[in-house]
Amino acid sequence: MTSRGAVEIRGLRVVRGKHVVLDGLDLTIGGGVTGLLGPSGCGKSTLMRCLVGVQQISSGTVQVFGEEAGSGQLRDRVGYVTQAASVYDDLTVAENLRFFARVLGVDKQEVDRVVQSVDLDSQRDRVVGQLSGGQRSRASLAVALLGSPDLLVLDEPTVGLDPVLREDLWALFHGLADQGTAVFVSSHVMDEAERCHRLLLMREGRIIADGSPAEIKEQAGADSIDAAFLAIVRRDAA
Amino acid sequence: MSPRITMAVAGRVLIQLRRDRRTLALLLVLPCLLITLLWWMFEDTPVFDEVGPALLAMFPFIVMFLVTSVTTLRERSGGTLERLLAMPMGKLDFLLGYALAFGAVAAVQAALAVGLSVGLLGLDVQGPVWLLLVVAVVDAVLGTALGLFVSAFAQTEFQAVQFMPALVIPQILLCGLFIPRDQLPQVLEWISNVLPLSYAVDAMQTLTETTATGDVWRDLAVVAAYAVGGLALGAATLRRRTA
Repeated sequence: MTSRGAVEIRGLRVVRGKHVVLDGLDLTIGGGVTGLLGPSGCGKSTLMRCLVGVQQISSGTVQVFGEEAGSGQLRDRVGYVTQAASVYDDLTVAENLRFFARVLGVDKQEVDRVVQSVDLDSQRDRVVGQLSGGQRSRASLAVALLGSPDLLVLDEPTVGLDPVLREDLWALFHGLADQGTAVFVSSHVMDEAERCHRLLLMREGRIIADGSPAEIKEQAGADSIDAAFLAIVRRDAA
Repeated sequence: MSPRITMAVAGRVLIQLRRDRRTLALLLVLPCLLITLLWWMFEDTPVFDEVGPALLAMFPFIVMFLVTSVTTLRERSGGTLERLLAMPMGKLDFLLGYALAFGAVAAVQAALAVGLSVGLLGLDVQGPVWLLLVVAVVDAVLGTALGLFVSAFAQTEFQAVQFMPALVIPQILLCGLFIPRDQLPQVLEWISNVLPLSYAVDAMQTLTETTATGDVWRDLAVVAAYAVGGLALGAATLRRRTA
């Protein structure tokens, strides 16, 4: 999966309060499934918010499909899932999706399609507030799938899901990537890293490793991503 | 801005309200109960005829202020607002959607309160009754607009509710309910002249006292201008990009 240049980031700097979250980040993201891995608090969510155009940035540029991130033309081409499930707890799954579908101006049949793809068929008429945490986050993911966006930005979409569901969702991400969607997904679970085409390891606002899982393991001389991350962090600190 | 998205927001807010039966019941029944209480307290005196109109102006304003400030705060803190603003949604779609939905609820609320006051409790209304409803709805939209605005300054629902005594109670004290506005100390009269609720109450009082509606339309225009101003301020607090 080589790049189509979905995302081009140059010299991105984000300061929150007195804390510099990202400092002069350069990054190009292409097609396929790109994983962003790192401990919590390292700047993953901030980077993702920049791609969607909801983060105030101090300097630098973020371009998505050649447009400035967050510009009007992009808003129905980028699907975004925040860490917290951003759906209405007092609406049913189907009501939530019908609402967001109307906002996006996509067909009603889209609702059925996305409900199926996140495996919430049997819960579709239940109020979201009564669902389990995993079901809620899948409802939130379903919203991002409406209208088949060209870029999916997913902030820890598999947190709290059982292994079978996680497997299903990763299969879904790969299916979408095969159809041409650029999938950018963050996680702090190292074993999920193996399933990405390309991996970015992030620490304290910097990308400290970039490559396929095999390349990263080879570079670090480790046999798991977990061990590779550790080795790279140690080398980086030295 | 697009009518499709505005209507989507309004429809969604109404579905949420319909699901929350308790809130809906409080919204619609509570004003009627309080008006009845007041009527009963002042049985056989002319007081109800004096304060009834002011109450009809106050309830839509207070109730919509509270409901809107809490619900939009939830949108802000729950991440749904951020998600919507990352979608093809204009800020005005969001604001007008809320204003439409709560305006519709206010219309029902006002119809019940006016129907009860005029029909059962014998409130004397000289002017056209439908115009009472119009004043109540515009007044409710004003409450919605202010509620949207203050929700930007509250981090918790607790704080949002505290804005009620800060912004609403002074208006109630100075709107002419307790003492006619022209008998207030000079400075307070000036202050009451710039508070929108004063004009809503004036409009209601004029409607009960005379059949001439010229002053009512003028007062209504002032309230509407404040509502539009409130919505504009609310729009300024909706930021696509946040820190």
